[in-house]
Amino acid sequence: MSAEHWTRPSRPEGQAQNGTAPGHPAATSAAPTREQVIAGLRATSEGGADLVQLLTPEGQRVSHPNFDIDITDEQLRGMYRDMVLVRRADREGNALQRQGQLGIWVPLLGQEAAQIGAGRAMRPQDMAFPSYREHGVAWCRGVDPTELLGIFRGTDHGSWDPNTTGMGLYTIVIGNQCLNAAGYAMGQRFEGRVGNAGGDAAENEATIAFFGDGATSQGDVHEGMVWGAVYDAPVVFFCQNNQWAISEPTERQTRVPLYERARGYGFPGIRVDGNDVLASLAVTQWALDECRHGNGPVLIEAFTYRMDAHTTSDDATRYRLDDDIEAWKLKDPIERLRVHLVREQLADQEFLDGVDAEADELAQRFRDFCINMPEPPPERMFSQVYAQESPVVAAQRDDYLQYLDGFADSVAGHNAEGSVR
Amino acid sequence: MAAPTMETSTATPTPTQTITIAKGLNMALRSAMERDPKVIMMGEDVGKLGGVFRVTDGLQKDFGENRVLDTPLAESGIIGTAIGLAMRGFRPVCEIQFDGFIFPGFDQIVSQLSKMHFRSQGKVKLPVVIRVPFGGGIGAVEHHSESPESLFAHVSGLKVVSCSNPVDAYWMLQQAIDSDDPVLFFEPKRRYWEKAELDPTAEPASLFTSKVQRPGAAATLVTYGPMVRTCLDAAKAAEEEGRDLEVIDLRSLSPLDLDPVFDSVRRTGRLVAVSESAPESSVTSEVATRVQQECFYSLEAPVLRVNGFDTPYPPSRLEDGFLPDLDRVLDAVDRSLAY
Repeated sequence: MSAEHWTRPSRPEGQAQNGTAPGHPAATSAAPTREQVIAGLRATSEGGADLVQLLTPEGQRVSHPNFDIDITDEQLRGMYRDMVLVRRADREGNALQRQGQLGIWVPLLGQEAAQIGAGRAMRPQDMAFPSYREHGVAWCRGVDPTELLGIFRGTDHGSWDPNTTGMGLYTIVIGNQCLNAAGYAMGQRFEGRVGNAGGDAAENEATIAFFGDGATSQGDVHEGMVWGAVYDAPVVFFCQNNQWAISEPTERQTRVPLYERARGYGFPGIRVDGNDVLASLAVTQWALDECRHGNGPVLIEAFTYRMDAHTTSDDATRYRLDDDIEAWKLKDPIERLRVHLVREQLADQEFLDGVDAEADELAQRFRDFCINMPEPPPERMFSQVYAQESPVVAAQRDDYLQYLDGFADSVAGHNAEGSVR
Repeated sequence: MAAPTMETSTATPTPTQTITIAKGLNMALRSAMERDPKVIMMGEDVGKLGGVFRVTDGLQKDFGENRVLDTPLAESGIIGTAIGLAMRGFRPVCEIQFDGFIFPGFDQIVSQLSKMHFRSQGKVKLPVVIRVPFGGGIGAVEHHSESPESLFAHVSGLKVVSCSNPVDAYWMLQQAIDSDDPVLFFEPKRRYWEKAELDPTAEPASLFTSKVQRPGAAATLVTYGPMVRTCLDAAKAAEEEGRDLEVIDLRSLSPLDLDPVFDSVRRTGRLVAVSESAPESSVTSEVATRVQQECFYSLEAPVLRVNGFDTPYPPSRLEDGFLPDLDRVLDAVDRSLAY
């Protein structure tokens, strides 16, 4: 596939800077109205001419001239299983927060297809730089869902190893990871891990940065794209446009559809139906291959919807309409693949029941793990602050542990946490 | 910490030679890049121009554009990509052009660079060095003369050092690059052209230690960076008046190595802490606090400080008043001795 497909027809005179989606019927005057801007931003799977889709909300396979994909029935069933299990763990996370077992949870609901599609497009040697909602990507990288729990229960800041999983730790400051990803990808290029033997060589690598629509307002995302472009870094910028940055809608972030920004940096930008796991897989595979060939970066805007609140601390009913949610329910990523599998006789009831049973087991294991997680010992505060221990930190640790020891005799039977006031 | 062993390389001069701080830093970068192909240098104008202070002069010519990177003009970008490169196994040395320009990169430094080792419990190491020419006295416009080192010394997970002379510049920068922790490396820009003899075969002092630069018995001056020269000059002037001052160069601002300072204060009974930075909540505050904790019964006078002021750095026509000079240091010594 060539990179030419993203080149779009030139606009009529006078519309060069108007910021509306191409082909939008209202785009006739030099300056767009606010309504036109918002309509462009909100172009849905029905209305966005540039949206890549391979599976309709009704579960029908459709073709796309640039992103057709060969996929086995087994892979299709596998992605269905991925999405069901990840959603189940996510719902359990929400429930555990409500029951006081987690301090907070960041729901994934509705974004399963974008993440599983992108995650399954990656090779083991690729590197993912996540934000904090990437439970589906983590799943694809072999990070067990239970390893996410410590962050939200407050026992650690992420327990998996980025070096062995190819999955960076969650990043909470918005957009920081886009620069870290660009730098990592620069390193891949400097080490000669792109462009070898036609791009399919096993040693070729790519990096993918995950961020949201809100992050696109951050300077680091802009700088990440500048760095990625000027150093030809093999980095895919994967924006999950879930329409909301807590309570701020996409039109509070941008005047043009986000994928169109890529043009300004000099690399392709593609909008994919983020509720279509097939399209997400196809587009991300293409983008990663572009990077492996040495043609990176690529910006992907996965057009999706955050069906739950921003976090369990958020009240989404204060800023958005039930109608929107009802409309997006009809585009549910799992349901559309399930319908497709059944209609095409690619999965039978036994398979679907099996996945559900597996989800039940995962939920139970997730829950048990959470409740039984040990409290971190007090010395954990001081552990690994530095690669080479600081004498200052070491002295503070020793003093604090000695201080705690002083309580041992007077309050025997109490743990350290209970004894410190 | 054991001092890293510096292997002899083609860049290491065998005979003793007279060098400037800028030259010492340049030689250190060259030596580190020759020893380890993963060491890369990145910043604005560091390539063809050799840096605005010429500290990276000639490096791109010899090591290529993939090892000496002329970057886009964005400090968060420089530091954020250095973090990614370090995760990939590189050892990036970032140059921030002037002290006051580090703040666009502050977020990446305090949110990611300083925390990733702790966050990952040691699985991710970030051996990144950020070089910052700092301090005033060069008659520059705004944002070119600041002393932000205390802000970074306050951040857990970072190590912060400052060299004061060509020999330390040469050794300390190589040691900082060898360190597996992120190091903020503050260079006294107004001293870049001061000279000293370098004996490359001499064993260097450990990076995170302070050093007595001049022994004395009447009072202790503790300082770092550009003020070391000022304090040594003050001590020389005091000697002519029959006062024997000890001068200690902290060298490492985080972690602080205060044992030599405590030893000194126990002998002299008097301490004056000197730096260009704003005094409130600064490195000198920390020194004063810990000296009074450790040496309370040895002190003959309160710990005194000589700093810049708690103001933004002034227009350069006023900087001679803002910056501690020999007279202000000696005035503080007088006050200390008067107790």
